[in-house]
Amino acid sequence: MNSVSYVRTEMASVRPAPKMYVGLVAWARENLFGGWLNSVLTILSILAIAFFLVESVPWVFQSSWTATSLRGCREAIAATYGEGVSGACWAVIRERYLQLLYGFFPSDSYWRPNLTLILLFVALAPILFTRFPRKMLWFSAAYPFLGVWLLWGGSLWDIAVIPLGLAVGCAAFFAIARAFGSLPGIIGAVLITLLFWIFLAGPLAGILQGIIPFLHLESVESAKFGGFMLSTTIGVTGIACSLPIGILLALGRQSDLLIVKSICVGFIEFIRGVPLITLLFVASTLLNIFLPPGTNFDLILRVIIMVTLFASAYIAEVVRGGLASLPKGQYEAADALGLDYWKSMRLIILPQALKVSIPGIVSTFIGLFKDTTLVSIIGLLDPLGLSNAIRADGNWNGIVWELYVFVAVIFFVFCFAMSRYSMYLERKLETGHDR
Amino acid sequence: MLTNPGPQKPGFRLSMLINDSRYRSMTIQVVALMGFMLLIAWLINNTIQNLNALGKDVDFSFLGQPASYDINQRLIEYTSRSTHLRASVVGLLNTLLVATMGCVLATVIGVLVGVLRLSKNWLVARLMTVFVEMFRNVPVLLWIVFFMVILIETLPRPRDFRGEDATATMSLWDSVALTNRGIYVPEPLFSNGFGDLSIFGLFDVSLDLFALLAVLGIGIFIARKVRQRALAIQAATGTLPTTWYIRLSLIVVPPVALLTYLGFHLGYPELKGFNFSGGIHMRNSLIALWLALSFYTAAFIAEIVRAGITSVSKGQTEAAYSLGLRPGLTMSLVILPQALRVIIPPLISQFLNLTKNSSLAIAVGYMDVTGTLGGITLNQTGRELETILLLMLCYLFISLSVSAVLNWYNNRVKLVER
Repeated sequence: MNSVSYVRTEMASVRPAPKMYVGLVAWARENLFGGWLNSVLTILSILAIAFFLVESVPWVFQSSWTATSLRGCREAIAATYGEGVSGACWAVIRERYLQLLYGFFPSDSYWRPNLTLILLFVALAPILFTRFPRKMLWFSAAYPFLGVWLLWGGSLWDIAVIPLGLAVGCAAFFAIARAFGSLPGIIGAVLITLLFWIFLAGPLAGILQGIIPFLHLESVESAKFGGFMLSTTIGVTGIACSLPIGILLALGRQSDLLIVKSICVGFIEFIRGVPLITLLFVASTLLNIFLPPGTNFDLILRVIIMVTLFASAYIAEVVRGGLASLPKGQYEAADALGLDYWKSMRLIILPQALKVSIPGIVSTFIGLFKDTTLVSIIGLLDPLGLSNAIRADGNWNGIVWELYVFVAVIFFVFCFAMSRYSMYLERKLETGHDR
Repeated sequence: MLTNPGPQKPGFRLSMLINDSRYRSMTIQVVALMGFMLLIAWLINNTIQNLNALGKDVDFSFLGQPASYDINQRLIEYTSRSTHLRASVVGLLNTLLVATMGCVLATVIGVLVGVLRLSKNWLVARLMTVFVEMFRNVPVLLWIVFFMVILIETLPRPRDFRGEDATATMSLWDSVALTNRGIYVPEPLFSNGFGDLSIFGLFDVSLDLFALLAVLGIGIFIARKVRQRALAIQAATGTLPTTWYIRLSLIVVPPVALLTYLGFHLGYPELKGFNFSGGIHMRNSLIALWLALSFYTAAFIAEIVRAGITSVSKGQTEAAYSLGLRPGLTMSLVILPQALRVIIPPLISQFLNLTKNSSLAIAVGYMDVTGTLGGITLNQTGRELETILLLMLCYLFISLSVSAVLNWYNNRVKLVER
């Protein structure tokens, strides 16, 4: 057989792609140097990153962690890294980080805010994730009172009588409503709850305290709250209290009742039209004037009240967005089923509207958490206020960057995590009403 | 046999106020109104009692008394002998100044960052993401004090500019001095200007600026007319007459002529003694507040712009490409006009947020209306109720008027639905 043939008997091997079109080079050509504008931008970015690294990395790492004053820091850095090196003095963070986290909370009771924070996540879990058993919602309902007890201390019974009053009120409502109808039920329940709180609560707490005395924590006054603990307390309380108010305001704003609607619109637009700092001024100087003569309670509580009002206006707008996003058919279907207003809201409209507005609520919370730094302007010791206080200390006079960087990093971690979580929720809850 | 008794006219019973849906809404509203009135009356009653107990009254006459404090950054004439009212107006103008500057810069940076975040350039897109997340997730108050520290700690002192062995030099051809006491920029001066016009003896308006704006406005108006006429000619004959040089000269030549006539020149800052004099002195507090507010808001605006651009479906881009439009034209003629409708409403609320956040000026000592009316005036006169009321009214006025103007614009660009 002739071995000469005019047709290839085997396939030619595949040649490798040109070097310019594979691997890192191709990726760089595609993503970094496609066109002159992109090249210029890339080079500028590299220069900016390099400048930032050159300026910051030596400062961050040629630092002192052990000194006890700024002067000590400078000497230690000069001794270790040579004269003229300016490094960070992280020693101030090492010495004061507990203060920045807890303020002047008694140091042997740090477990209390820690436990409160952990329990917060436990209480939030069944609300945010449907996988958890529904029974945990009872714990979520009890958590606010538990948290108050853990943070402020005192006798558990002083606080436990408040939900007890609510429970008594609920029982009274069902009892009266069955006999006389719902309106007398509501009136009677409110009256009985108030009477319980005013006359029975104090003695009952005393008796319970006498029977089971060991549920007593050392009282901590609000003036000792500070640092991130204060920010978190104000932020979480503000959002938790503003959520129901905000939902009611949103419903009021969407309602057909002209007077209710105009009151709600007026309130929302007023609160949204003024900066938070003016409301904090009201808390620090004016709130006592508006309340009955002789009322005087501490600044943190007043701040929480104003922050709650502030947040409720923003929550109301978020929830209103959720209500508006529902197709009209949902409202009509609820009406067609013969549900009255509150039932249709509770069973049909609000579950859907709130689900849509959860990302917005989370971002309102992030905004509120960041805005808690404003309380430093009216003299509360939040992280920013504390860092000013630390700078006033003779040992650390003249230190600025380290404290601000520390505070900024912690805020960043919290807020970034929450914003990622809200984005995750947005994707997860995307059931859509696209028709 | 059944007889139809006809619709009976039911008598009015008291229970119908609750059970009859015709009356129920009225009942609820009346109850709500009464409750609201009671609440207000209760608050007012408390206030009156408390004020009586404190021996105070509600009195706005303090506004006419001399303020006796200085304001270092001001737009209109003010001395410490001026009244509290004038101090408040100076503060209000300062708020408006930093809010306007902030809105402009924040929009520029925000649009730039938002567009670059969508860039195909991997590095730039990542860098812009870092920028957005960094500024969004740290409180704005922290950014304000941070920028203040940066300005004070990193810029040279004025005395570093002195002498033979000066360690610092002025930038931009010796016209701008960046010092840790603030930034000095050249000021426009007119050697034979028209002078100032005093309005009601309250504040002065520069006639030169007024004339310049008028001339520029007229020029732009005529240039528009020329363009319209050119388009009309194109519609009639099919050829577009070249008019760009006429329009350009209409806009540029008259102001330049006016400036020459007025003897326009720049007054450069000069080092005198241990500080600079001449030129416009922008204080650190203003710069720090301006930059911090702008960058912080820009991060939010960038996200809004990005969301707006991605909301325009890809088919629009492809359709524009298939029509033969280049990427730049596609962006400006097809994508942006559609994206703007999505972008404008949240942009409005960001501008308002920036204006409200400018009240944090008090942290760096910039004398805005919170610093004057709600700060020193409050402390000096001890009239919390009146000052805070006025302060809130100022912000409400700004907020409501800005949202009114921008809502009007929003309605104009709104999609007209079928």
